Amino acid sequence: MILVVIEHSAGTPDRLSAEALTLGRTVAGATGEPLEAVAWGSGARDAAAAAGAAGATTLHVVEDDRLAEHAPEAIGKALAQLVGSLAPAAVIAPSSDRAGEVMAHVAARSDLPLAANCTEVRPGDPWQVTRQRWGGSLLEEARLEGSSRLLTAAPHAFEPAVLTAGTAAAAAVKPFTPDLSDRDFRVRVTARVPAEAGKVSLADARVVVSGGRGVGSAEGFAQLDELAALLGGAVGVSRVVTSAGWRPHAQQVGQTGTRVAPDLYIACGISGAIQHLVGMRSAKNVLAINTDRDAPMVTRATWAVIGDLHTVLPAVIAEVKSAQKA
Amino acid sequence: MNILVCVKRVPATAGKITLTPDERAIDTKFLAFTVSPHEECAVEEAVRIVEAGGGTTTVLTLGPDDAADQLREAMAIGIEQAILLATDGQEWSPAATAGAIVDAIRAREAADGPFDLILLGNEAADSGDYQVGVGVAVALDRPVVTGVKGLEVRDDAVVARREAASGGWEVYEIPRPAVFTVREGLNLPRYPSVPGRLRARKKEIERIELPAGGRDSAMIRLRVPVERESHVEILGEGPDAAPRVVEVFRRLGLIA
Repeated sequence: MILVVIEHSAGTPDRLSAEALTLGRTVAGATGEPLEAVAWGSGARDAAAAAGAAGATTLHVVEDDRLAEHAPEAIGKALAQLVGSLAPAAVIAPSSDRAGEVMAHVAARSDLPLAANCTEVRPGDPWQVTRQRWGGSLLEEARLEGSSRLLTAAPHAFEPAVLTAGTAAAAAVKPFTPDLSDRDFRVRVTARVPAEAGKVSLADARVVVSGGRGVGSAEGFAQLDELAALLGGAVGVSRVVTSAGWRPHAQQVGQTGTRVAPDLYIACGISGAIQHLVGMRSAKNVLAINTDRDAPMVTRATWAVIGDLHTVLPAVIAEVKSAQKA
Repeated sequence: MNILVCVKRVPATAGKITLTPDERAIDTKFLAFTVSPHEECAVEEAVRIVEAGGGTTTVLTLGPDDAADQLREAMAIGIEQAILLATDGQEWSPAATAGAIVDAIRAREAADGPFDLILLGNEAADSGDYQVGVGVAVALDRPVVTGVKGLEVRDDAVVARREAASGGWEVYEIPRPAVFTVREGLNLPRYPSVPGRLRARKKEIERIELPAGGRDSAMIRLRVPVERESHVEILGEGPDAAPRVVEVFRRLGLIA
């Protein structure tokens, strides 16, 4: 059996889980193993239709009322118990923060190796994977040992599975009651702070106006803020900018910041260090504004304007305003 | 408060990555080394906690003898003691790394009492295995919160904050002793002072040699991904290019 971990909101799998299901189906096809899935939390049973549409025959639902809020140790222990009893050939999880954390718990408790951020899985003797290092700017080919191979699917390395039922039958729901004590819930979400209302989230923005060293100062970002507001987008920055204290880390795009996937990424005065490029590689289009025609960001861009962003941006802003008035 | 911070020596890559001929490592002939960015914040946080409330700080790394440089960087910022788990420079698997760290923690705790807090990076910048911190915590049977971007030490507990997938923050309140894996953004690390560097140079480092047979790496080889070919269209030079930029916005449906 190939077991895919599904994260969901009220029974609707999220995008990374849909990608993991695609990888699961491929591996199931290559090994001749059946595809099954596992979910937990409120509404988990409702994921059966989507799991079935993605090719899963069974949806294991981990049932414990205390799992309503995220409790990584508890769910890690529960999943380790399920893996122990099902003995799947592989467990494939999305590489989200939460699922990755849960898989690390499963690996540690089951004493099994875990391969994070896989872009390719080759069942065989032994199984091999290709996985991302350096946020994806380097790849590693590695063996993946263990009776159950634990791995996470690299984000956006696989097309998301189609999750609307069509003619496919829903997966059969199989409840699983884990053996958990109150102590297993010593780490759980005890409070939440909601997101700021009305703000365009960087990760979901359709347009990101991003600034790097070339912006020169905290004040220099006024033009980027204005253009982002005009286009209904979010402002991003490179690591140089947060290290200098010009902008908060929450706006950093890159390996140690946020990964973005906008329709348009406008890179202003960003040369394009690899740690930054891995954070915006999923952008559909890139517009680079840079004085250096040979900067890595310019050579990778869809479009480029060669020049100082502090003269180019005001002209662009004026042009957008007059276009919007017309 | 007795705090341990685990750090990793990694090459300071910026441009294109070049591999060694055996394709098992990055060619570092022309590269400097640094600490993973997440761990720079872990070091800074440990120093701040002890500055505010007193206590002791220790930094630990698993790596070649040259990783003493990274331990000294941490000591230059204010960490007091250092432990080097010395390897022959070959890479260790995440499970073997966690195991060696746990052995060192147990030995140190048997002598000096428990670490109230153990801080690690959420993931190493180079190998990106996302599991050493959890491995350490599970082996020690201590609570662990990963991806932490806010820490508050209270008398009886620690309150950790991390970003929620849906935006906003998740808050965890957990007892000590505990393990936290932290992310860049937790704080803005200071630069070491000159006197700090001089002091760090004279400090002792406890060196524990690890057996080469313990590393257990699953790596077959490394590969630099093939670059997507790009055909950049230069829209123009300077402010004169503005109309063509706006044309692009219009084509993408960003403005009417």
